Amino acid sequence: MSGRKGLRGDVRALLTLVVIWTVLLLAPYWMPPLGGYTALGTRVLVLALAAMSVNFLLGFTGVLSFGHAAYFGLGAYGAGLALKFVTLSTSLSILAGMVLAGIAGALLGALIVRRRGVYFAMGTIAFGQVFYYIAFQWSSLTGGDDGLRGFSRQPLDFGLFTIDILSDANAFYYFVLFFFALVVGVMALILRSPFGRTMLAIRENERRARFLGIAVERHIWIAFTLSCFFIGAAGALYALTNNFADPRGLHYSQSGDFVMMAVMGGMRTFWGPLLGAAVFVVLQDYLSSVTVNWMSFVGLLFVLVVLFFPRGLLGFVRHRGKHEHS
Amino acid sequence: MSILEIRNVTKRFGSLVAVRDVSLTVAQGELRAIIGPNGAGKTTFFNLISGFFPPTMGAIFFGGRDITRLPAHQRVALGMARTFQITEIFPELTVFENVRIGVEVTAGYGMRPYIGQVGTAKVRGRVEDTLKLVGLEAKADRLVSELAHGDQRVVEIAMALSLEPRLLLLDEPTAGMGDQETHQITQLVRRLHRDKNCTIVLIEHDMRVVFHLADRITVLDQGMLLAEGDPRQIAANDAVQAAYLGKTA
Repeated sequence: MSGRKGLRGDVRALLTLVVIWTVLLLAPYWMPPLGGYTALGTRVLVLALAAMSVNFLLGFTGVLSFGHAAYFGLGAYGAGLALKFVTLSTSLSILAGMVLAGIAGALLGALIVRRRGVYFAMGTIAFGQVFYYIAFQWSSLTGGDDGLRGFSRQPLDFGLFTIDILSDANAFYYFVLFFFALVVGVMALILRSPFGRTMLAIRENERRARFLGIAVERHIWIAFTLSCFFIGAAGALYALTNNFADPRGLHYSQSGDFVMMAVMGGMRTFWGPLLGAAVFVVLQDYLSSVTVNWMSFVGLLFVLVVLFFPRGLLGFVRHRGKHEHS
Repeated sequence: MSILEIRNVTKRFGSLVAVRDVSLTVAQGELRAIIGPNGAGKTTFFNLISGFFPPTMGAIFFGGRDITRLPAHQRVALGMARTFQITEIFPELTVFENVRIGVEVTAGYGMRPYIGQVGTAKVRGRVEDTLKLVGLEAKADRLVSELAHGDQRVVEIAMALSLEPRLLLLDEPTAGMGDQETHQITQLVRRLHRDKNCTIVLIEHDMRVVFHLADRITVLDQGMLLAEGDPRQIAANDAVQAAYLGKTA
């Protein structure tokens, strides 16, 4: 959407990027003085990556998945199992999680891309729950209800030196930030590409897109598969964060949380889900130490945002900015 | 040589027969108008040609190839583009962006995650050429939702042209327009037909436009082919007078 915004718009976009990356890069330094802790920042990054993956589909293709927790969970189990049984390389375990989630997404996506709206969402929930019950029941492999244990992230060995991401919280934060940047960078590149523009075309007007020669189902399938790869990376990082993979990470209520983060932050904006995830995680961290009913308060905030800022928190700021400047 | 051949096509929706046993041949380079009273099945007929849905019976050939069961996006790839009776555009994108999508898909870039500077320049050039052709180059950076209705219809025509069609299907291009806008669209269609060597089939209600533009006219009534001929023959046809022209007069 260059062209229209012109120079001032480009400057503002650049400024947004500088602010976001400065805040993220310096988080281990400004969080503790404000009463936070680095591990909280790590959690925000991981869940933001998941919410942004869901939003890649929801906000930029116009397709709502309520089952993305399944691929998040597959990423987590994929990484955990890889570390436990196959490799001691933390980076390879992330790749394993992504590949597992991406392949599952490609297979199941092919079965539901012809559905639209509620039917698509129901399809994603149904398949998501299948994975939840598999993880829950297949105790010998997944640890069942107790979750998958017995693995832990390993220090990064660069030959000349090693980085201890296991016990050094700051080092692990930067490790997660590195993968976050990698995946988010790929996402942004795709959205700015011709393929990304066909995604927007499908979101804006599916019928027109079809009569422009776009094979709509194939493009939705590719977007779905890509978003499963992306959220697989988030799931893998989640497993590494906790040294643990939890079957509840595959449950559809977890999918709902991701959608909530995306909508709360602003689903038509690229960075909105990051803001949504930050609000969600920080509120959860603070409120859960005060009350067991923390979810009611997060839910209340969600309702307020939907009622009064239908574009989400970041969408609201953007929209107002646009009017002030035009 | 015929570019479009329709053989005994019928379309049923439940018990309703929207198009009944219609055959039609459009020659290469022709400008054909399809007219008929409301509910005559004109738009259904268009939807059959463009692949919105398949016919219940009959066959459709495009450039000698049987496309009866071909999905819409593959018909586009073969060189068929259409507009809609109710404008179908991307309201939240600019004029430039609306036209760019078709250019990129037609250039084979639709699945690409990256096209580089050469590709970007090529696409930009083609979009600008298309906008110049329809006279929208000054409004390239405007959001289409901000444009007047007439300009939005022109954007939709530009989007169809971005597909470099051999056959252009226009569904009531002057619907909802004032006299001056109607005149502009008429001039545009005439220019496209003359300069771009493009076969055009259009549905139109405005008889001035039809008799002004068309080489040949096909008249549908209640889903059936009522008459076909050049404008003079159609104007003199008694059945057409009774079914259609008589009613509007």
